Amino acid sequence: MCVLAHVFEEAGLATVSLVSVMQVAEKMHPPRALYGEFPLGRPLGKPGDAEFQHDVLRRAFALLDAPQGPVLETYPEVIELDDAVPLECALPPRFDPSLPEAVDEARALRSAYDRTVASSGRTMVGRVTDAGGVPDVVAAFVKIADGVGWMEAGLPGDPVSCAHDVRAYYEEAAVALVDGPPDPGGAEAWYYEVTAAGKVVLEARRAMQAAEAPFPFWFYMARATRQ
Amino acid sequence: MGADAQMREYAGGLAVPEFDGTPWTVPGALADATVAIVTTAALHRAGDEKYGATDTGYRVLERAERNLVLGHWSPNFDRAGFVADLDVVYPIDRLEELAAAGTIGAVARRHIAFAGNQDDTVSTVRLDSGPSAARLLRDDGVDVVLLTPV
Repeated sequence: MCVLAHVFEEAGLATVSLVSVMQVAEKMHPPRALYGEFPLGRPLGKPGDAEFQHDVLRRAFALLDAPQGPVLETYPEVIELDDAVPLECALPPRFDPSLPEAVDEARALRSAYDRTVASSGRTMVGRVTDAGGVPDVVAAFVKIADGVGWMEAGLPGDPVSCAHDVRAYYEEAAVALVDGPPDPGGAEAWYYEVTAAGKVVLEARRAMQAAEAPFPFWFYMARATRQ
Repeated sequence: MGADAQMREYAGGLAVPEFDGTPWTVPGALADATVAIVTTAALHRAGDEKYGATDTGYRVLERAERNLVLGHWSPNFDRAGFVADLDVVYPIDRLEELAAAGTIGAVARRHIAFAGNQDDTVSTVRLDSGPSAARLLRDDGVDVVLLTPV
């Protein structure tokens, strides 16, 4: 992003950058930058808080008054994400015991997912499948976790994209199951630490690593710090 | 150390392009400025071409568009905030409010999304897609660009 700041400024556009990694901004010297120590993925700080977002923008646009640059300032409030607590989302009871738990769970969360999409009008599910296909993707990850080769398990696309769609489906369902904006990292923690599908994806990832699948195909299936 | 702190430490230690200096465009009054957002969150409309994992191109976002997909490939950031509120990544409604209040002159008619990727020499972004996006914004009368990451 700092490269773009240089390119646009050279083209005659005055730029203001919200930056999320201080060291990068310090090394790349974008013309005007405001560092916010907010959860990664939330550059305006707080979802659902227009007042806070306006304060971030007010401080960012104030950098346009600087007579010369580069100028790099820090937003005064820190929002830490050290120990994300899983959201308290009620999981549906088992409906079809003949299915693997994770597949049954994915099916049962469809109504929650639909509520979020109806409310926001958008979804991140769709890199390789739609919401209707998510239980089948989960079923494929169950097979991989059980020892089936990742290329034989029936994934409809590359494992990273498949894992993305499952996580997106679950996190979008989670937003419908809590009151107000989700705490930072809470939906991710709920997915990986509480849900059967999240645990299965991590198990499949470990199985792929053990089977010496190509590094990018298993590593990027989950956040780098997840085991 | 928390997950984000680890990611910041990792990203902060990566080699980055170095510039001889910092360009500087003297802005006019913000109250007269047309403002565009350029995000590196890989936003796109559902029907647009999806971003590849190393995509260095950009997508154009019309001012009124809100049904946007976050197509970034990294699994290393919170996405639920975006699910709950588009503006926490792409503050288009906040810009509209600033324009209505007269704080900024106008909201640009088109905005830009990149995917935050760059090749080792960053030549594509520096010499091709970046200048192309800048020309598009200049042609639309944009004065100020707000850059937002994820």
